[in-house]
Amino acid sequence: MNSCTERLKNGIITENPTFVMMLGMCPTLAVTSSAINGLGMGLSTTAVLVMSNLMISLLRKLIPDKVRIPAFIVVVASFVTVVQLLLEAYLPSLNSALGVYIPLIVVNCIILGRAEAYASKNPVLPSVFDGIGMGLGFTFGLTCIGICREVLGSGAIFGKTFIPDNFHITFFVLAPGAFLVLSFLTALQNKLKMPSATNVGAQGDIACGGNCAQCIGTSCAANKGILEAERAAEKAAKAKAAKEAAAKAKAAKEAAKKQEGKEKSQVAAAAAKEKED
Amino acid sequence: MGNLFVIIISSMLVSNVVLSQFLGICPFLGVSKKIETAAGMGAAVTFVITIASAITYPIYYFILEPAGLDYLETIAFILIIAALVQFIEMVLKKFMPALHASLGVYLPLITTNCAVLGVALNNVTDYAEESFGYGFACSVVRGLFTAIGFLIAIVIMASIRERCEYNDVPKSFQGTPIVLVTASLMAIAFCGFAGLV
Repeated sequence: MNSCTERLKNGIITENPTFVMMLGMCPTLAVTSSAINGLGMGLSTTAVLVMSNLMISLLRKLIPDKVRIPAFIVVVASFVTVVQLLLEAYLPSLNSALGVYIPLIVVNCIILGRAEAYASKNPVLPSVFDGIGMGLGFTFGLTCIGICREVLGSGAIFGKTFIPDNFHITFFVLAPGAFLVLSFLTALQNKLKMPSATNVGAQGDIACGGNCAQCIGTSCAANKGILEAERAAEKAAKAKAAKEAAAKAKAAKEAAKKQEGKEKSQVAAAAAKEKED
Repeated sequence: MGNLFVIIISSMLVSNVVLSQFLGICPFLGVSKKIETAAGMGAAVTFVITIASAITYPIYYFILEPAGLDYLETIAFILIIAALVQFIEMVLKKFMPALHASLGVYLPLITTNCAVLGVALNNVTDYAEESFGYGFACSVVRGLFTAIGFLIAIVIMASIRERCEYNDVPKSFQGTPIVLVTASLMAIAFCGFAGLV
């Protein structure tokens, strides 16, 4: 049971997908124009995440390693369709507010990321709790951003207006406001030096951004191998060069010593000659 | 014809895929450090979205809808897109090695680019009622110009970021926050196109 509470804490706080890992940015920006939409999106994602983690963890020994990504995608897509049909039937208003972003949960990096990083390697119970933790963390993030935007943009929280119409800054519920609110929240995180994917320093110059947590690319593993081999070769070459340089330096030193010795003996000989004279 | 022109303008500028629909944010933020890589990503996305919208529309129109399986669209489309990306990669590798060398890195990343799936799903919801020829033309044109909108946005973003490198950004805004502020200003600029259609 201990590991389960640890997974919950990990998902909600330590590795919060929105604020710490910066995953699933598309829904984060798109549906947070009000707190209730953020909450709905977060809970739908949580449902899909828990079910897909459960399923993938159960099937982890059956899925061949080579086709695991397509297999994960099929599992996730099935649960997304289930959630979509349920929302259509029981919460049509939320369904129309979230629109195309419900089916797009399929390509949410968080879900595939958790399937790949956790559920495919761990037993069922911790995987389910991992799903719950990550899902609640995502819900928390979306609801926070939703509340910020709703208060600033339409002077309300969860639809309850408390700021008169004249003082609304409509900008914040429009598209540019989403970017701006998220930017200020991440800047705040940087300022307070809270752990975040944004303040760990540069991620390198790899074309994909080097963000392996977000990526399900299959050629990356190969690329990584090649890169590592190249690096090792480079290191070996460097070591070889250093060795050669050292050997050369040694030889040069010895030559110099010999030369010096010769000169010394010459000088001595000259001195002896002088003495003789 | 006039209608197609409206689709072109609205999908490319007015409801720009990144800046007003928030699709494809991950590559938009992740791959926009240099103009060359941004242009490569944009070109690869253009390629994939156009082909994907040309393939998914007929599949929906001739297979899923007549069979009453339209609720399977999400599963069907994501699998088609994943297979398509793999297939395009193999074809490019075999027949156009030069193009593969420049786009190859980005192709696997595109499977999870939500813009591809988003455009395919929007196409079938908006044009499923039309006759096949017209709906197909609309889908392909919308796919192509949505992707060009993505290309425009990511290249502008990369060029601004390259200039930002030399600027004196406040410490807490370095990194992602300044990029998001830039994106916000770009989104304001793209709001200006709203009066066009």
